[in-house]
Amino acid sequence: MVSSVELIILITIIFYLLSTVGYFAYLFWQKNYLQQTGYYLLAAGFLLHTMAIAYGFIQSGQIPVKNLFETLSMACWAIAGVFLILQYKFKLKILGIYAAPLLTIVMALASRLPKEPVQVENIYKSLWFIVHIIAVFIGEASFALACGVGFLYLVQEHAIKTKHHGFFFRRLPSLELLDSTGYGCIIVGFTMLSLGLVTGFVYAKSVWGKFWSWDPKEVWAGITWLLYAALLHQRLIAGWRGRRAAVMAIIGFAAVLFTFFGVNFLLKGHHGEFTRW
Amino acid sequence: MDEIVLLGINHKTAPIELRECLAFSNEETLAALETFKASPAISEVMVISTCNRVEILVATGNKTKAEETAKTYLSASKKLPVAKFEQALYAHCGDEAVRHIFMVASSLDSMMVGEPQILGQIKEAYNIAGSKKTSGVLLNRLLHRAFFVAKRVRSETGIGDHAVSISYAAIELGKKIFGSLEGKKALLIGAGEMAELAVEHLLRNKSGDILVANRTFESGVQLAQKFNGQAVRFEEIIDCLQNVDIIISSTGSPDFILTRDQVKGVMRIRRNRPLFFIDIAVPRDIDPAINRLTNSYVYDIDDLQGVIAENIEERNREAIKGARIVDESVIHFRQWYKSLGAVPTIVALREKMDSIAKTEIKKTMQSLSHLSDQDHQAITRMANAMINKILHDPTRLLKSNEAQGEKFDHLDITRKLFGLDE
Repeated sequence: MVSSVELIILITIIFYLLSTVGYFAYLFWQKNYLQQTGYYLLAAGFLLHTMAIAYGFIQSGQIPVKNLFETLSMACWAIAGVFLILQYKFKLKILGIYAAPLLTIVMALASRLPKEPVQVENIYKSLWFIVHIIAVFIGEASFALACGVGFLYLVQEHAIKTKHHGFFFRRLPSLELLDSTGYGCIIVGFTMLSLGLVTGFVYAKSVWGKFWSWDPKEVWAGITWLLYAALLHQRLIAGWRGRRAAVMAIIGFAAVLFTFFGVNFLLKGHHGEFTRW
Repeated sequence: MDEIVLLGINHKTAPIELRECLAFSNEETLAALETFKASPAISEVMVISTCNRVEILVATGNKTKAEETAKTYLSASKKLPVAKFEQALYAHCGDEAVRHIFMVASSLDSMMVGEPQILGQIKEAYNIAGSKKTSGVLLNRLLHRAFFVAKRVRSETGIGDHAVSISYAAIELGKKIFGSLEGKKALLIGAGEMAELAVEHLLRNKSGDILVANRTFESGVQLAQKFNGQAVRFEEIIDCLQNVDIIISSTGSPDFILTRDQVKGVMRIRRNRPLFFIDIAVPRDIDPAINRLTNSYVYDIDDLQGVIAENIEERNREAIKGARIVDESVIHFRQWYKSLGAVPTIVALREKMDSIAKTEIKKTMQSLSHLSDQDHQAITRMANAMINKILHDPTRLLKSNEAQGEKFDHLDITRKLFGLDE
């Protein structure tokens, strides 16, 4: 028996998959209507995804991040949302070949995970907590996209430097657009991550009585924050742009991924419940 | 019935020396059209002459005679024995001629596939024929279709998409680096046709200030005036690098003008804003090691040639799609051409009348249900008799043995008046 939420999730995945198909068709045939179709399909998937998450919220009265499935689902939802805004604003159509398959694969894997929420003490009902979660996820989604843009930058830069203009050279936009989009992503990501950390501190204070408790998750989140802070600082002061910024965006996202998964699986801490399965 | 015949030479069949000999100036074209028009074998004619081809396009009822006339005229007017150019001459008729003219107009038969001038040249040739009234129903239709096909090929394929000249390829590359070239400053070192062409392309893309550096300051000032730019002294080049984005270099210097270490120092001051070096000089002006610095890109003349070679390959791939569109259009044209016979037109006209009569009789009968079957038949007979009477004169005219050109005009007008092609 498939529950209605599972059905919605399934249809969401199908929409993401169709969007992936649309974007790849665009990659090959370069017809504008293909990427538009991909965009609308992804938007439709995002709406359904929003419904699924809202349903989970209403049902439990808590923001649904109570197991690995829900956490991944929330992460994908944030990536889809940030991507939709990003493409609308920067017109970086080709980024769909990164975002759409990423959503499809992560959602498809996540949907195979058990869905029973982990029991935690009732600590979720705080505005600080909700802001903390949403800000962190939007921040991480922005970093995920910055990483994708970074990859595209490296591919395009390689084509221009080596003077072998192959398949991707014609299909990828200018270095300038890729660089500024990546920069935009990192600014948004950094702002949201900062907000997420601050609200996290405040929340920690209200629950555990102290702002910072040297929890591995906290430490790694701090390291990630410092990495991005260094990147932004260097860009503003020394003009770190282009290749170096792209590489840093990729390294930064690797740190994000480790903070997200690695800490929970390898090191223990008070965020463990959220990714348990 | 007249058919379309095309006689010509092009860059594939004839060397430049021969093409030069056979080329027509505007006056010569006018004279040729006069002569051909007077020939009884030729009912319609136009002459296309560009640096890569000379083509004579005719509508004729007698193919051999028309070809003979054209060859004789070429030989006489160009003072060249027929044997000298006969080898290079190709003759197409019917579908092949139609396909050829479509290919030429779509720039699929050009030396550089996708070059945009040829369509304008054909339009010009067609206008000249129009002004001499030597084009008729067949050529009018053919050329209008050709213009349409050319437009379609250009918009539906990428034959014109990628740069195939050095200076333009450099500009395209600039766009892949900077996005837009608007407001980007450029430094021209030295002078030279290709370099200046590149600067003109830049200006057309709304680039910012142009600086000109030359060994002799005076020449620099003169060149700068041409581009509304500013001349700088040769020694100032390094300082200029702080502010410009694109450097086009084309000097006769035997050594590098800019070395890696110089640019590396500047990069720091520029805070890594990208620099794009276009080195058109041989021997090279720009140290190729600069290409390995982050955010600086160096393209020398060989690199640009390489880009062009890739682009030409791409255009040739697109040309295959273009040829498919042409084939399709040839079939459409053949259908129209076949319909132009007297019999198909008369049949189509009668069918149209019959169907109108049938519909109208049916409509009328619905409100006249009190009429007997006999009455019904009488009305039908009357309608048919009217159709016969109405069509009698047009049919006779279309079947008569009038001159070819007039006949086509009448068939064409009939088809248009009664909307037979819709």
